[in-house]
Amino acid sequence: MNATHTPLVDMRDISLSFGGIHAVDRVSIDLNSGEVMALVGHNGAGKSTLIKILSGAYRRDSGTIAIRGEEAAIANPRDAKRYGIETIYQTLALADNVDTAANLFLGRELQTRWGTLDDIAMEAQARQVMGRLNPHFQRFKDPVKALSGGQRQSVAIARAILFDAQILIMDEPTAALGPQETAQVGDLIRKLKAEDIGIFLVSQDIADVFNLADRVCVMKNGRVVGTARIADVSEDDVLGMIILGKCPPRATPGPGAIERSQ
Amino acid sequence: MLARLLKSAELDTRMLGMVGALLAIWIAFHLLSGGLFLTPRNLWNLSVQSSSVAIMATGMVLVIVTRNIDLSIGSMLGFIGMVMGVIQTDLLPKLLGFEHPGTWLLTLAAGLVLGVVLGALQGYVIAYLGIPAFIVTLGGLLVWRGAAWWVTSGQTVAPLDDRFTLLGGGPEGSIGAAWSWAVGAIACAAVVVSLVHSRAQRKKFDFPLRPMAAEVFLGGAACVVILAAVAVANAYPWPIGSVRRYAEANHIALPDGGLFIAHGIAIPVLIAVGTGVVMTFLARRTRFGRYVYAIGGNPEAAELAGVNTRWVIVKVFMLMGLLAAIAGAVSIARLDAATNSEGTLAELLVIAAAVIGGTSLAGGTGTVAGAMLGAVLMQSLQSGMVLLGVDTPLQNIVVGVVLVGAVGLDTIYRRRMGSVS
Repeated sequence: MNATHTPLVDMRDISLSFGGIHAVDRVSIDLNSGEVMALVGHNGAGKSTLIKILSGAYRRDSGTIAIRGEEAAIANPRDAKRYGIETIYQTLALADNVDTAANLFLGRELQTRWGTLDDIAMEAQARQVMGRLNPHFQRFKDPVKALSGGQRQSVAIARAILFDAQILIMDEPTAALGPQETAQVGDLIRKLKAEDIGIFLVSQDIADVFNLADRVCVMKNGRVVGTARIADVSEDDVLGMIILGKCPPRATPGPGAIERSQ
Repeated sequence: MLARLLKSAELDTRMLGMVGALLAIWIAFHLLSGGLFLTPRNLWNLSVQSSSVAIMATGMVLVIVTRNIDLSIGSMLGFIGMVMGVIQTDLLPKLLGFEHPGTWLLTLAAGLVLGVVLGALQGYVIAYLGIPAFIVTLGGLLVWRGAAWWVTSGQTVAPLDDRFTLLGGGPEGSIGAAWSWAVGAIACAAVVVSLVHSRAQRKKFDFPLRPMAAEVFLGGAACVVILAAVAVANAYPWPIGSVRRYAEANHIALPDGGLFIAHGIAIPVLIAVGTGVVMTFLARRTRFGRYVYAIGGNPEAAELAGVNTRWVIVKVFMLMGLLAAIAGAVSIARLDAATNSEGTLAELLVIAAAVIGGTSLAGGTGTVAGAMLGAVLMQSLQSGMVLLGVDTPLQNIVVGVVLVGAVGLDTIYRRRMGSVS
């Protein structure tokens, strides 16, 4: 890696507390174009909070976010989307009572020249993108609460890739999926990578991480234990980082790493 | 055959159930009252009496869909009504002279602006300061009712401007037979055009189409209902007193058999139907409406998707204020007087209408048409019982039981449907 090029996303010294609890504590992380950066750690390690700061769902207490080297002001999800940041939330964040097309275009509806909703055009595009992700999907008229877990997940993924994302955040994207659909998501991640999109992949599944990611960043108790290239570490190294906070020699230690001298 | 047609027409079975219930109530009252209920006169009166609640119910649907409530609209109606009363009888006559042709319009405009401002104020406190809508509008219920008294220290304002009172209906405040047929024809044409247009659009994108028979059936049924409603309104003649005054004013000799002048559709009914059409359009065809339903389904998801949810909530309450002002204008015009108690308990009728019409208090579901139908259903019960000579206390008991029963049935229905899908 050369040190002179500008990363796609550069989050520096990000902190956020919820009433005295440091959910995210001086976290620095970066992401390059065409790279998958896995973010791993126990429940409550601060992964989801960190990515919600990037996606605009939470506002950080301190720290800076730079997109392509320029400081980005992200105060809400609308701001984040303007920077090409799309997010697939663990909870999927779907409006259960409206149909697939309405969810895909929520906040960015297509309109006719009279300013009314262009439902037909939205449904046509929805059929296209869903056809790519989930060819058997036909239930375009049903509210998404009537869909299966896997179908709902496809809707959430389709929404993120529909609008030319530059930066994609995936929070446990395969949690609700069966093996076949999980493999599809893997293929999708590789394809998006090839399109030069930068991806943050939050995952509990170490096998997935080693399969898909280029680098891994481990968090524990709101702090970064360390960051490493996947090629440089073993699964056991990463498990050691997650469980013990012990940073292996070939990883770059963060503030959350226990001292080597200890 | 009919069942298959209905199914292929993709009609909402819930809505059909409500129409069925309404018809059953009408027929029952008709039989019990010895043929007094289904008469042009009674149906015409029913339509006028329903308008004010129906107008507000269209907005209450959106309020409830976003998981909020508005308890203040009855008081707001009273307060805005008083202000409009004073503007047209005191303020404007001093500036423009009595019975100036512009008085009604300026008064109405001022009332509508006031409604939007009051709604915006409540909406701001709810959305941006995070105080629950129940509390804010409960406060509003007390505040605006007190304010209504204060406008004239409790004095009733009457009579109102002659043109303004046309908004409330009556023989003069109806559009007559010819115009009513014209309105009916336009409505039928609109139904046909929208069916043809949506079919053409779906064809263009190769989406599944309804069978042609279902389209024809839908369009035909809608047109029959519209024209039947017009025919009923046109079958109700002016009362003899109004006819005599009219004949004198126009120097017509009154023939022996009297003169048959049809009421036609009442102006408040026209306002209510127009409001319903506009609100349905807002709810179904605009971004605003989409956001309202999405917020109701999952407020967090809507916010994360980039919807400015707070601003949408403020707009919903502004709209509710506007509708309360329209309903206020209709109410005081119908009475030909503004009183500080006008609209007392109206908020409860409006909420009941919306809920009977299928709006879920959990948020996310509800239709404008359902709420309007709910308003007509409630009014039918009330005026039916008046026709039967039922005492007011018993009337209240019946309406209360029906409200709970209707929502109970609906809950069971939804649970069944939920388990199927």
